[in-house]
Amino acid sequence: MPESSALTLDSVSVLLVWTAITIYALAFIAYAVDLARRGADAVDAKDAQLKVRERELVAAGGASAGDSAGELRAKEKAAEANLNAPIGRRKRFVWARIGTSLTVLGFLFHVAGDVTRGIAAGRVPWSNMYEFALTGTMLIVAVYLVVLIRYDLRFLGSFITGLTLVLLGASTLAFYVEITPLADPLKSVWLVIHVFVATLATALFALAFGLSVLQLMQARRERKVLALAAAWAEASAQPVKTGPRFLGTLPGSDALESLAYRFAILGFIFWTFTLIAGSIWANDAWGRYWGFDTKEVWTFVIWVLYAGYIHARATRGWRGSRSAWLSIIGFTAVLFNFTIVNMFFKGLHAYSGLS
Amino acid sequence: MSRSRSEAGATTADPLRPSDHADAEAEASGDISQPALGVVGWLRWGWRQLTSMRTALVLLLLLAIAAVPGSLVPQRSADPNGVTQYFADNPDLAPVLDNLSMFDVYSSPWFSAIYILLFVSLIGCVIPRTKHHWKALRAKPPRTPARLARLDAHRSETVEFESETDAAAAAASAMEAAQAQLKKSGYRVERYDSGAALSVSAERGYLRETGNLVFHAALVGVLLAVGLGGGFTYTGQTVIIEGRTFVNTMLDYTSFNPGRFVHEEELDPYALTLDRFDVTYQPLGAQGQGQAGDFVAHLTTQYAGEEAGTGEVRVNHPLDMGGDRIYLMGNGYAPTLTVRNADDEIVFSESVPFLPQDTNMTSLGVVKIPDGLPDQMALQGFFYPTQAPLHTGAFASAFPALVNPVVSLNVWVGDLGIDDGTPRSVYTLDPSDMTQLAGRGTDVEPIELAPGDTVDLPDGYGTITFENESPAGAQGYEQSVKRYVSLSIHRDAAATWVLVFAVLATAGLLAALFVPRRRMWVKVTPRGRTLGVEYAGLARGEDPTLAAAVEQFAQRHRDGLQSPTHPKVD
Ligand code: HEM
Repeated sequence: MPESSALTLDSVSVLLVWTAITIYALAFIAYAVDLARRGADAVDAKDAQLKVRERELVAAGGASAGDSAGELRAKEKAAEANLNAPIGRRKRFVWARIGTSLTVLGFLFHVAGDVTRGIAAGRVPWSNMYEFALTGTMLIVAVYLVVLIRYDLRFLGSFITGLTLVLLGASTLAFYVEITPLADPLKSVWLVIHVFVATLATALFALAFGLSVLQLMQARRERKVLALAAAWAEASAQPVKTGPRFLGTLPGSDALESLAYRFAILGFIFWTFTLIAGSIWANDAWGRYWGFDTKEVWTFVIWVLYAGYIHARATRGWRGSRSAWLSIIGFTAVLFNFTIVNMFFKGLHAYSGLS
Repeated sequence: MSRSRSEAGATTADPLRPSDHADAEAEASGDISQPALGVVGWLRWGWRQLTSMRTALVLLLLLAIAAVPGSLVPQRSADPNGVTQYFADNPDLAPVLDNLSMFDVYSSPWFSAIYILLFVSLIGCVIPRTKHHWKALRAKPPRTPARLARLDAHRSETVEFESETDAAAAAASAMEAAQAQLKKSGYRVERYDSGAALSVSAERGYLRETGNLVFHAALVGVLLAVGLGGGFTYTGQTVIIEGRTFVNTMLDYTSFNPGRFVHEEELDPYALTLDRFDVTYQPLGAQGQGQAGDFVAHLTTQYAGEEAGTGEVRVNHPLDMGGDRIYLMGNGYAPTLTVRNADDEIVFSESVPFLPQDTNMTSLGVVKIPDGLPDQMALQGFFYPTQAPLHTGAFASAFPALVNPVVSLNVWVGDLGIDDGTPRSVYTLDPSDMTQLAGRGTDVEPIELAPGDTVDLPDGYGTITFENESPAGAQGYEQSVKRYVSLSIHRDAAATWVLVFAVLATAGLLAALFVPRRRMWVKVTPRGRTLGVEYAGLARGEDPTLAAAVEQFAQRHRDGLQSPTHPKVD
């Protein structure tokens, strides 16, 4: 931390960032409560109609046990309608609303922290690990909030705020460095473009990742519910755990999949652009546009993984859960590229600012 | 949603997509076992497997996996010193990895096999699809399905018309309005009437498939440009000391890597003189103390037979000379040392580039004096721009600028090992056939000199002077030692083409991913005093907005039928 002789602009920035982190933590809690409440509400609603026999099953943990295939579809349809509903006509999830309000508030502090860091440094605030994390998580939240205007994705709120909390908190603790002048290779318009676009792509991949994970959980639940419904007919049902209860209030796996795909292809476009812009920059800075430097390798691997994901979505037998795994692996590679590769791998892209 | 899309897919299956495309009919799958394949049969079967979507997918994933080891193990192409170090650190493992091409992953047989197969598959995939798409571009939109209500996005309306209106005329007018509206939204339209029921079939978004084909073809372009372009590419390295001139011929390069088709005798005739090298350092006590920046090499440039000009090379801003680009790769100090023999005759006087070892420019250098002394002599040691003692008693540089410059040299005499013609780097010394006279490991202190100093060499060999290069009357040491730059000179004939294909690929990708390809049908059936109007849409590929598009189209068409501006049919 800076010596606190005077309140420098940078220490103001750090203060703002910590405030943002605290608010995100509260938002995370609110969103988590929201998911728990949704699960409970789903069960309550069900309880009201259930006969005694079924109530035992619910108590035994089969949250949605007893849903028939028709009920399942009907609920998912309703959830899908809510997903696409304009802001005013969405379901009132009180805790989700609190979560979103807190996220917006945290975001404002986050932006303020980011901007003051940039002003203090006299350049764009993304030229070392700490600043990548600071701006990167800010864009993740920004993309999430923008997307909220179009889709009711508040069920991803705890994932987004949780991810931001972990990345931003850990980076502020572990990667914080004081402002130093830019190293020569970083003095380029491409720093502004290349890194910004890469971060934007990361934010979109993060959303796709969250949706893909939910898609897998939802697909598992749908299978179990349908199997259960079939078994029910033979009156030999055993209570079955079908996954967290809140899944019952989410869109079906198909809807989640196509939404995940939409974010992933947007991210893919930005990533393609990142790759090209990076090559142009490398050609100016190092005299070659491509050299299989570690960071280049990983950027390429990620690009190929997402190309694979897009292909999988068009390949019979690979749509659905298998392709979702590719989206998950792709985002894991993105995170790996940012953390492990930046910190431990040797290469020309040594800009973590850590020694 | 995809569920219904695949059902509908059966009606629009595209025979020339790979047979296991999600939209293709299941029966078209290549999995069906066929009895008694001949050689041709097997070849066909193999080709179909290779060009299937599943193979493409598996190869893509393999490519991603195969690229990873190159980031874990140092590569000869990017980090040759790292490879040498790796061999030293892991003497048992390294040869095994080397046998697996782990130090040349991206030119290894297995990596090449994967991407070559992938691109063969790609070409095998793209060619038939291009042919097919070419035909589709001139084909008419397909016949209107008999039961539009079965389609995913469907809406039907009943329109009343005034009692005196002729039903057939009203239907025709509604049809024409629909047709005009479709055309305006970029659809290609075709009328399919059957009896009293009028219908129009329309299709748009051919650009989606065009984009897809352009994207895949452009990837081939990138690969070809990289592969062929490499043959016309060269990179060379050179070192220029302030005041010296580099001439663009093989003689002046310290190393040169030409592609297969490069003629070394035909390099562009030009010369570069380093007038001055500038750099700034963060001052002592500041954040990032000693950090270097704003490197600039000021050059005089001269093409054969032309007026001299000036140019600058900076990081991120290479200098263009003819078709070459000149990059600043490094810099350092080149102390000027003069050695005189016992008779006071100059036997050596040169600026010797010392290689920086750390960010404070502690630099390592070697001086070789083959002639003029009773024995061959080598001086090896450090240059410190700002000498400061470490707590171990040794010295290091504490700051990269010239505050307290000192060279400290060990002295050897004997055989330099350069007479037998074996090439030796000027930066390294092999003292195995030499005797050390001064410096670490002997009783004699190493030679230490500040700019302007002259001291005796040990054993009466003569004297050595560290020349002060400051202009007359200059204060301090700031300009006392010359600097040098290492430049890298590149010609890359392919880079522009790679960029062109990459941009083409991106444009194709945008169209392939975001242009909706859809069909739309409007059917008008007169039913007594009313018209039944049906609208239906079908998407190929991902199209989240299809339903809304049909909805909106229907709304507008309907409004048009009722609006007063619509020409009434009497
Ligand atoms: C270098 C390897 C390849 C890469 C990087 C790649 C990448 C992509 C990408 C990004 C897309 C999505 C854009 C679009 O829909 O047009 C796509 C689609 C497609 N690719 Fe490839 N591809 C490769 C090789 C192949 C091969 C070998 C085939 C043939 C088997 C193929 C067939 C297709 C098809 C049919 C689509 C359209 C999918 C759809 O309908 O959504 N691709 N590819």
